[in-house]
Amino acid sequence: MDRQDILLEMNHVKKSFDGTDVLEDISLQVREGEVVAIIGPSGSGKSTLLRCATLLETMDGGELKYLGRTACSEQQDKTGKSVCVYAPKKELKEIRKSFGLVFQNFNLFPHYSVMKNITDAPVTVDKISREEATERAQKLLKQLGLEDKADNYPYQLSGGQQQRVSIARALALQPAILFFDEPTSALDPELTAEVLKVIRELASQHMTMIIVTHEMQFAREVADRIIFMEQGVIVQEGTPDEIFATENARVREFIGKMNA
Amino acid sequence: MNILSLITQLAEGFVLTVEIFALTLLFSLPLGLIVAFGRMSRNKILRTIAKTYISIMRGTPLMLQIIIVYFAPYYVFELQLGRGYRFPAVILAFVINYAAYFAEIYRSGIESMPVGQYEAAEILGYSKAQTFFKIILPQVIKRVLPSITNETITLVKDTSMAFTISVAEMFTIAQEISAGSTSVMPLMVAGVFYYIFNLVVAAVMEYLEKKCSYYR
Repeated sequence: MDRQDILLEMNHVKKSFDGTDVLEDISLQVREGEVVAIIGPSGSGKSTLLRCATLLETMDGGELKYLGRTACSEQQDKTGKSVCVYAPKKELKEIRKSFGLVFQNFNLFPHYSVMKNITDAPVTVDKISREEATERAQKLLKQLGLEDKADNYPYQLSGGQQQRVSIARALALQPAILFFDEPTSALDPELTAEVLKVIRELASQHMTMIIVTHEMQFAREVADRIIFMEQGVIVQEGTPDEIFATENARVREFIGKMNA
Repeated sequence: MNILSLITQLAEGFVLTVEIFALTLLFSLPLGLIVAFGRMSRNKILRTIAKTYISIMRGTPLMLQIIIVYFAPYYVFELQLGRGYRFPAVILAFVINYAAYFAEIYRSGIESMPVGQYEAAEILGYSKAQTFFKIILPQVIKRVLPSITNETITLVKDTSMAFTISVAEMFTIAQEISAGSTSVMPLMVAGVFYYIFNLVVAAVMEYLEKKCSYYR
């Protein structure tokens, strides 16, 4: 594999909450343009993995790299115990620019209009001009079928529309990787379909994405690679065809149940 | 007793009442935010100081606090501040008292904010200060406005406690005239003044709440 196009690298990631191991030695590499779906039962550590990758949670061990830049690495402290050392704040701020995250419950800013939700971060954080930010937002809104919603407030939108706005908000910062944390779990089937359609379109444009999802058929169709996690470890990893034709009884059982 | 001259005299006192009211809000609203930060600080010492401060301010009578603030410089530090210190003493006492109440109101508002708002801002790259002032605070203000209204209306009535150290606000004057003329009329008229003042305060607060109701 050409190391140049590896956007995200996680090596031997460990995380525990109050002595309970949630992630045990997870390693994961994501190449440019790749769509990775992470599936697995609740409590398997999928969301924690995403939260560690997006720096919302600090990991206890292992290494995290974006585009070759080290966000954190394992080092020995004075007593010889290994600890996770994070890069300085300024470096982390730069690293944060390489990814976006779409939350399960959208987390839009309710006091901002749709337009302001999308333009505020580029203007405030990336210091681009308001005109450019607005132009960028209009393009995104059009692409996501929301061009008539620019002046609305989040509470006036359906869940599916809100989730599409939150995707637009993430894309406006032009991240190299976009994470999705169960993006349709708060939506009914109809609204789920409109959000999945948007993600599918992003995949066709070769957006690099890591998607934690319970939508098996969607994962099968959109992902280049599927990772099955359980109890903090990667049980199996492979192409959708490999995963759906797996010999592993546990993975098979899970997929069967989810498809039922 | 001439009603017109009564009203004129009370109106003069009313100006002072409004000054106490306005200055108290001006200083205690921001100070309350700072105290709230202390109360929620990760630093245990800061947190304990803020907690103790709030507890004392809320747990003892405002009237007693006014008297202590007024007399403490003389009895504790032997400072002669003279009559001119009366008004500043009233303001100081009101500000430190109301800041404690506002601090608790802010805290309840800030703690009620969903953690997802902070996380979304963090992912988008907002700094801690940007997150607080652009994302959190505007939503907190909307949430706490009804409680702030309550305190503000109480403040209008509490200004009468400046009477304790003879600051010539409206209640002090009404009381003086009333005693001199053995009539409750001046106090009744003062009551009308307070009531109208609070009608205005309630209307202003309602307007502010309406201004914040463009989103949910």
